[in-house]
Amino acid sequence: MVAKLTVALQDDGPFRLDVQLSCATGEILALVGPSGSGKSRVLRSIAGLYRPKRGEIIYGDEVWYDPAKAVNLTPQQRRVGIVFQNYALFPHLSAIKNVMEALGDRPPSERRARAGELLDLVNLGGLEDRNPAELSGGQQQRVAVARALARDPNVLLLDEPFSAVDKATRQRLYRELADLRRQLRMPVVLVTHDLDEAAMLADRLCILHRGRTLQEGPPFDVMTRPATPEIARLVELKNTFEGRVLEHQAGNDRTFLGWGPYTLETTYQPNFPEGSCVTWTIPNARVIIHRPDRPSRGERENPVSGIIMEFVPLGDWTSVAITVDGVPDSPLFMTVPTHVAHRNDLATDKRINASLLAKGIHLMPLSHEDEA
Amino acid sequence: MNWPSLILSLKLAVWTMVVLLPIGIVLSRQLAWRRFPAKGLVEAALALPLVLPPTVLGFYILITLGGGSPIGQFYDAVLGRSLVFSFDGLLVASVLFNLPFVVLPMRRAFESIPPEVREAAACCGMSAGRILWRIELPLAWPGILSALVLTFAHTIGEFGVVLMVGGNIPGETETIAIAIYDRVQAFDNAAAGLMSAVLLIVALAAIGITYAATSSVGRRNI
Repeated sequence: MVAKLTVALQDDGPFRLDVQLSCATGEILALVGPSGSGKSRVLRSIAGLYRPKRGEIIYGDEVWYDPAKAVNLTPQQRRVGIVFQNYALFPHLSAIKNVMEALGDRPPSERRARAGELLDLVNLGGLEDRNPAELSGGQQQRVAVARALARDPNVLLLDEPFSAVDKATRQRLYRELADLRRQLRMPVVLVTHDLDEAAMLADRLCILHRGRTLQEGPPFDVMTRPATPEIARLVELKNTFEGRVLEHQAGNDRTFLGWGPYTLETTYQPNFPEGSCVTWTIPNARVIIHRPDRPSRGERENPVSGIIMEFVPLGDWTSVAITVDGVPDSPLFMTVPTHVAHRNDLATDKRINASLLAKGIHLMPLSHEDEA
Repeated sequence: MNWPSLILSLKLAVWTMVVLLPIGIVLSRQLAWRRFPAKGLVEAALALPLVLPPTVLGFYILITLGGGSPIGQFYDAVLGRSLVFSFDGLLVASVLFNLPFVVLPMRRAFESIPPEVREAAACCGMSAGRILWRIELPLAWPGILSALVLTFAHTIGEFGVVLMVGGNIPGETETIAIAIYDRVQAFDNAAAGLMSAVLLIVALAAIGITYAATSSVGRRNI
């Protein structure tokens, strides 16, 4: 059955909640937002563990929650699988018994066999009889995933499932989830505050901030073409500046943007009238360095020049902040491979030339955060 | 050695535990997890026996359950016997004054179960009864056990309330604590000493059981 999960929630609660999202079968939707944005409350509402004031939760043609019609299915009736942030394993039961508890009223031998299969599926074969306290964080997470899948759930909910393990384990668990998802035939909602994690695992992102869903779409779209400056900040686009639309050239597929003394070329973005002030953004990776050792045609594209004010090597990549000539108050951030940085002798206080790729420049309305 | 009194005390302690086990579980789960109006009032009422002089508590129970009271008359009409100055009356009094000793440790035990664990159980499709039986009770049982042991020891040793409500009828309501007092009054220190020693051993055994049980649970969950 191809069933879709549709959620619309409003709540006053500890703070306001106004959320719309949907997730199709076989799809991973990442609900991303800073802590305190209401992510967990949304997840708990879907599971039936929290009752928001208004809204509805529909799975396929089943109404799970609709306070206006006094419908509220229990967690047991909704048949969701949930992995909590701290896993919430039953501490007094072994790994296999944790999974067996979720297998209902089938005969014990059948439940044991099925639980064993599920533990094998999450690569935990051989550790069936260990108690949670005898398992590492990553192993506990796998037990929690196996337990969540045991009921053959309608919907799988993951509440920051990777936040309690170290980085190396997390990378391994990402790969395992990516493998596992090919076998999952259900909507999966992943709550996380980690954008990279969401981008890596999810088919779609939903940005949640102060209880409101702001933008939903494929990760690359949301992260490079945020709808508002507020979202740009939430998806950690540091290069967010104000400019003025100078001219549209539909024929050339070009819009020209004034930024300080520069006239920047961008793709045709006619939603903003000529002469209007806009916020614009460009991902760090779309700012490219001009290399004296290897000149390229791209250097003609929106060239800017400035002084390096910050130079931070981070392993293979180096983050560079530039004070651009003519716009001293708006540092421009770029990320270059560390070996390129060395080859071009980049260092603090040195002059640098860079290009802003026209395709990477995205226009947004001016910031309205002061009104919020 | 006053065997009938010792047996009576043991019987009373066991029955008190039996009656208080379900009451304590229900009450302490509510207090641990639910918010309801007048919760503070209920908590205060439950804690009252801790601070009230036993004779005062006994006096009120005597008045409330006595032959002149509606409860006493109803009990007499249904069962044809008096509630006060009988084992039944002792049991009611014992249950009342032991409530805080049961509810406090049990409540702490239930509170220590993370809410997500119970939520996870519900999301696993477990019914409320199954969650209680398979998850909550196994996790809370050190607290439940210490509640029962406290009740047992406290009932065996209780004096004031039992004397007020039960009178001191040998073989009927004379518990071992009262018997010890009797023997001392009669300058029979040998008998009093023997009975006191028995109570001391019972108390030590109770504490020992609690410690052994809770520490083994502690090791298991580390």
